[in-house]
Parts: sequence; C-alpha cells; structure tokens
Amino acid sequence: MRTFLESHPHDVLVIGAGGAGLRAAIEAADQGASVGLVCKSLLGKAHTVMAEGGVAAALANVAADDSWETHFRDTMVGGKMLNNWRMALLHARESPERVRELERWGALFDRTTDGRILQRPFGGHTHPRLAHTGDRTGLEMIRTLQDRFVATGQAVYMECTITRLLTAEGRVTGAMGYWRTTGQPVVFPARAVILATGGIGRAYQVTSNSWEYSGDGHALAYEAGAELIDMEFVQFHPTGMVWPPGVRGLLVTEAVRGEGGVLKNALDERFMWKYLPEDRRHEYAETEDEARSWVEALSAGRSTDARQPPELSTRDNVSRAIYTEVREGRGSPHGGVFLDISYLPAERVKRKLPSMYDQFESLAGVDITKGPMEVGPTTHYVMGGVRVDADTAASTRPGLYAAGEVAGGMHGANRLGGNSLSDLLVFGMRAGAGAAAFARTEAAVPDADSDQLEVELVALAAPFRRSDGENPYHLQAELQQTMQALVGIYRSAEDLEEAVRRIADLRRRWARCRVIGERAYNPGWNLVFELRNMLTISEAIARSALQRLESRGAHSRLDHPDGDAEWGRLNSVASRDRDTMRVTTSPVPEMPELLREIISVRAKAAA
Amino acid sequence: MAIETKSPAAARQVALEPFGGDASRALVERREPEVPAGARLVRMLVHRGTADEGGAFAEYEIPVEEGMVVLDALLWIQANVAPDLAVRWNCKAAKCGSCSAEVNGRPSLTCKTRLGDFAPDETITVEPMRTFPLIKDLVTDVSWNYEVNKQIVPFSPPEDAPPSAWRWRQADVDRGQEFRKCIECFLCQDVCHVLRNHEIQSQFMGPRFLVRVAALEMHPLDRADRLEHLRGAGGIGYCNITKCCTDVCPEHIKITDNAIIPLKERIADEYFDPLQIAWRRLTGRGRKGPGTSKATEDPKSTGPPETPA
Repeated sequence: MRTFLESHPHDVLVIGAGGAGLRAAIEAADQGASVGLVCKSLLGKAHTVMAEGGVAAALANVAADDSWETHFRDTMVGGKMLNNWRMALLHARESPERVRELERWGALFDRTTDGRILQRPFGGHTHPRLAHTGDRTGLEMIRTLQDRFVATGQAVYMECTITRLLTAEGRVTGAMGYWRTTGQPVVFPARAVILATGGIGRAYQVTSNSWEYSGDGHALAYEAGAELIDMEFVQFHPTGMVWPPGVRGLLVTEAVRGEGGVLKNALDERFMWKYLPEDRRHEYAETEDEARSWVEALSAGRSTDARQPPELSTRDNVSRAIYTEVREGRGSPHGGVFLDISYLPAERVKRKLPSMYDQFESLAGVDITKGPMEVGPTTHYVMGGVRVDADTAASTRPGLYAAGEVAGGMHGANRLGGNSLSDLLVFGMRAGAGAAAFARTEAAVPDADSDQLEVELVALAAPFRRSDGENPYHLQAELQQTMQALVGIYRSAEDLEEAVRRIADLRRRWARCRVIGERAYNPGWNLVFELRNMLTISEAIARSALQRLESRGAHSRLDHPDGDAEWGRLNSVASRDRDTMRVTTSPVPEMPELLREIISVRAKAAA
Repeated sequence: MAIETKSPAAARQVALEPFGGDASRALVERREPEVPAGARLVRMLVHRGTADEGGAFAEYEIPVEEGMVVLDALLWIQANVAPDLAVRWNCKAAKCGSCSAEVNGRPSLTCKTRLGDFAPDETITVEPMRTFPLIKDLVTDVSWNYEVNKQIVPFSPPEDAPPSAWRWRQADVDRGQEFRKCIECFLCQDVCHVLRNHEIQSQFMGPRFLVRVAALEMHPLDRADRLEHLRGAGGIGYCNITKCCTDVCPEHIKITDNAIIPLKERIADEYFDPLQIAWRRLTGRGRKGPGTSKATEDPKSTGPPETPA
C-alpha cells in the first residue's frame, strides 16, 4: 500500500522561529536559498519575546573604553574558561554590527542623551553593554526580524511540530512532523537543516520557560547521531517570582539589578557582599555609599569611579547565594529573598522597567515602586547543546546546523545576561550562511526515506491505539519533580544516580503513554512527543552532571565543592550509541596565545 | 463563602450552545482528578468543540490556589480532566499574546486574568475569540492577520542611509516604541465591531495593523508612503473611533488616540485639504521630502570589525 504524505522541499529548512531561527532564515534567503521556516507556535510568539534586559554588544556608547577584547574576556571569565574560545571571539567581534544591523531593519532601541543606542549594565559585564528597549528588548528584536523575514516572501509553516530528522548515509536530509491544528503528518525534505529550537526548561518544575522549551532540537540532533556538549550546565536565573504560586518561576529581569535593585534577606541584610568570589571582589563596590553613587551616576548618564553593586555578580553566584540564604533560614515569607528598587523615584522605575511594574501589579498585587519584590532562582537557560563548528554552526552530522540556545560551547559553564540575544544574532547569521553554502554543494533536494517515514507514522499513531496507559501530563510532572529535586542548583553523586534511575523508569512508562480525543489540536498527544525529548535531555543533563567531579559555573557538586584544573580542560560529550547514551569528555579547544594574553593582561590590570 | 470538598465531577454538558451543534459528544476522559482536601473550587464553563462538529460549554470545577489566573485553571483541566482541551498559549507572562479568549464575554489574555478578580461564587465562562473562525475548543484561526500584515510596505530607510549607527533623540522614538509594545494578541481585532459584526475583513485591516502602519510612518527614518494603501485596501475610513480596541489592549497602547486618529489626519491632509494640495503642487515637495531626516551618521562608528581567520 502506498501512502502519500504532504511534502515541502527546500534548500534550507529552519526549525524554530525565535531570534536565531529568524536570523538564520534571513541570511539563508539573502544568499539565494529557498527557505522553509517551521515553528511550533504562531510566528512571533517564540521564547525570544520573553527576553527583557537587553542585547550585549561592545558598542562603547556609554563606556568609551569598552571593546571586543573586554567583552571576550568577560564572556570567557563568566563561562569559567570552558567556552569555545572561537565562538566567544566571533561573538564579541560581530555583535556590535549585528545590533546596528537591527536598527537598519527598523528596531527602535532606547537612546543616550547624545542620540546613540543606550547601554545598561548587567551581571558579569565589566562595562554597561546591553542595548535595550525598556525591558522588552526581545519583543523589539523578534518583531524586527519577523518583519524582515516576511518581506523576503519565503515560506513560514506555523503551528507545526517536528518529531524526527530524516537521514541518509550519515547525512541529515530533512525532517518530519505534524500540523498541530490538524494532526496530519508533513515532510520537509531539505539539502540542509538548521536547528534553532531553544532550550529545555520545561523538564524542571520551577522555570521561566514556556511550554515550547522541551529540548526538541537537542533531542532531534541526538537521535540523528550528533553530539551534545556540556549538558550539565543549566542556568538557574537568580530572580524568578516566588509568589503567588500561579506565577512561581516567572522571570524578574536582571535589568532590575542593572538599574540599581538591591537584594536583602529577612534580617534586612544586603547579603551579596558575603558571596563575592575573592578573585573578583575588586570589581565591585566596597560600601553601600559607593554602590549608591554608581547607581546615581548611571541614572544621570555620567561616568564614575564608583564600582558596581555586588548584586551584579554572575548569575550562577547570585543563585547560589539566594539558595543558601533561604536554606539557612533567612528567606522571605514565601521562600525567596527581597529585591528592592523602590528607593528610586517611581517615575524612573516605571520608565525603565515598565513590564516588571505591570507584571507585579497585575499578577502579584505588588507595587514595585513602593515595596520590595520576593524572588528566588528559576530554571532559565541551558548552556549545553549541539556541538557546532564556530564559523559555520555545522554540527558533527553533515547537513545539520544549530544556532542559539540549542547550540553548545559559546557560554561555557555559565552564560552572562544579554549574551544570548547577541549569540542568536551572530550565530543565527552564521548558521544561515553555513547551511546555504552546504546546500549549494548538494545537487538535488534528497528524497525522504520511506522506511523512516513509516516508523514515525506508526509512532505518531501509537498513543491513540492503547486502550489504557499513562497520562503524559502526570509523567511530565514526575520528571519535573525529579529534575528539580535531584538535578538542581546543588548536586551530589547520590542524587544524580537516583535521578538517572528515575528517568530510566519514566522512559519505560513513557512507552505506555495513552491519549484520548482526536489528532486535531490535541495538547495531550502533542505532549507525548515533547516528553520523549525532555526525557532524553534530562538523561543527558543528569549523566553529564554525574560525570563532572568538580564545581564550575552553574554546576555545583556538594561532594566536589571546588573547581578542578583537569576538569577545567574538558567539555562533556553525550551521544547516542544504538539505544544507550554514551557520556564522555573531549578537550576544550586550545586558545591562541594572543587571546590568552588578552584575558590575563586584563585580569592583572584590574587586580 | 461555601467550601466544597467533594471531588469535582468530570465535565458535564450544559445547555448553552453559542456556536450551535451537537452537545451529546463524549468530550472527556472519565478519571477523577486529585483535588487537595478543603481547596476552594471555582466553577468554569469552557467552550468545547470544533467548527465542523459544533460546540457546547463543558462545566469544570477547579481547585483554586492564590494568585491563579484563568490560564492556570485551563491548564489544570488539561492535566487532570481533559488532556485534549485545545488552548493556545506560550509564555504565561503577558508577553507573547497567544492565550487570547473571551472571559465572561470580555476579550482578555487568560494569563493576565486572575481568578481572584471574580466573586467567589461566580461562574467563569471562557469562549474563543468570536471574530476569527473556530479551530477547536478555545483556539481560533488567526491566519487572516498574517495575510493582512504581508500587504503592508515594510520599513524603508532612505537608499543613501549611512551603513553605521544612526543618531536620534529618545523623543524621536518614544511614539514608535509605544506602538511596538504590541504583542499581537489580536484582542483589538476581536473586539472591533467593523470586523466582529460587519465582517468586512477583505476591506479593513483592523486596529492591530493600523498600529503597525503608524509605527512605520512615525519611524524617524522611514521613507515609504502607505497612505494610499491605508485609504484603499486598509480601509481606515471604516474606523469610527469608538475606542473599543484601546479599551481591551493589554499593553495599554492608546490605539485610537495615538495611532488611528493621527493617520486619519494625514489622510485628510493628503487627499482632502485644498491648501495643502495646492502647496505641494507649487513647491513640488511630497509629504516625506528629502532633507527631513532627524538621524545623522555616527561619526565615531565604523563598519564591522575584521574577524581574524
């Protein structure tokens, strides 16, 4: 019997329409490729809209002495030197031009008094560096990119979920999935495929991520035989909402601290000073007065010798500090700490942080111009991802590319705020160029392999065929509890081994998932396949975390509390070996002497 | 306040049929959900059904936590009673504009509508946006909006614009930034009577896209002229400024006052003001003449840095 499937061939297929996917699609189209852009939601709803604080680029508009060298150094130091140096270099050098390019495409960033793009300070950045539009920078960026791509006239496939990459002779040759609105299968044969699917936060209970963040691209790449690196590094953003329960985990932008927000515990102590790492302490204000005069200077738009407040330490450090304060009994009533910006003029708070003002007012009944917010850590970003070539974003599988959060290497062990928006611009563009160049070398769009299509058609239908079985929502809730409790901010061998066992058990139960209703717009059925992806990436996170016998960046081991020089030279690598996951290591790429000097010279100069 | 401790009954069909059709379809799985003892329950009527099969309201009782919003209640129903309940949502933070619906008849973001804002014994009714064709349950087909959007001439800077950073004052971008806060929830399109009651989608772009045109027209560097499109296919004349759109905008954009009325005034100047028409004929200068750019090239800015191989 022959089955005919709806098919849309393209030179370049882009999976995911957030910032990275859109930027990649624009570049591939500009290079003459026929582009198909597939997204799980409606166009313009991707997770990039939630990015608030800004895009990091050494434009040097506010701090004249900022430069790509300083940005490169901050990124490497913030990533605890585990970053792919070449990615960090390209990122630091190219992000200013990528930001200016957005302005040429219609973006409206906030301005300095002399008319340039305004930049705000953020944790781990030694200079004010984040170009922004109030606290809705991501929306400004995605709308600009969306309009630009729509104007190319290329194809957009909305509300379409990809469940499998197609392969032939070791190459990726397209993808298959289904329309969410009808549930009908669809095939996208392609000369090259770019993954731009974002992150994995939905595997955790408390997260700032939307439902879409189920690690789809990570799992698709893994299944297709590509390598994932550094999966143990999951960023817990220090400030998520903790109250009321319905909004637990919702992001409170780091821009609150960038604009002068102060963290205090239940004893009214400004505790961040206690937690500054000794080797970086010189970069932060020593007294409340110095921190305050830094805020005043920022507000007045003038330069100052005062150093930044301790709240602007890197995210891994601030998250551990808040976690520790709460665990030791100095937390706020709902298990967080206090973040206060109400000492600044109300008008200024509303102008610089309008969506935070609105979010707390409408969802928590708190006026942030009059009193403190309650905040605590929330799962926010995965540093790990598909192993890629820095220049072309090519994965270890020919024909497969990855950009944005789904790609690994750029951020090392901890990402600096603002570096994700610049990452997706720089490497989105490079992935679009890389994939378009690869597509040109392929004579024809490859035919889809009918065996692979058939296997996937059976898998898609299976959950409807079972008369009894597991509810995917309940399995997801159990997975989230497991990851939250055992693979969170602090980890231990005992917990991680337990997590690996539980994930294996959940995977067995997953095979018995059962759904009801029709295929059309059926979220329970959709969740079955997202859950498959979440189980894969959860296993990769837990196994990689178990392997790394040290604490570094966002990975903190209670049983190995210190950094280890040997581990500092190794990336973790997870890959598929038939039906089991293999986790090994690979040496961190060797940095050229010239760049090594940039890092050490500046570190000494600051000391 | 009455505290109910009984386990909520799985959905019952009730005799409200806003879209007509067969109410006898079995819609839910018969599994008793876990409800914490002593939890306060809220009664909710949720539209279920498709365009083909017709729809009906299903009744659910949901245990309430402090701070819960309507979307939380819908997701609770999905996870515990009806896993096939179709709801479109993404961020749950009022930033993406996906979860639009009509809550007790009012076009709202369900992620921003708190259960605490209703009386404790009030039944909350959730329906899909009525202006757009139904797909299933609470999800509508909003693709028309994306088609209208494609017809708008995109941002068009001058050909000779400097390739590096531009300079303009915050005051020059304030208005554009207000319009660009739009999260495309399409609630303004849903409530607009021109689209909702008169259904002339082919002749009127609706408030959302008048806002987009206003953002482009008021951009300090844009050079395109969209007035003919506004007056013709855009159908700006159909808007009779009742401000219903402004009233439902979750981003508090003053759609009518700041976007639509100024555009209407430009149309009036361009096509109906004899003095201005005469002046343009005499001077030969168009509305967006050369030499009016507020932006200048940033002298210190250079092109992209060379990246070492």
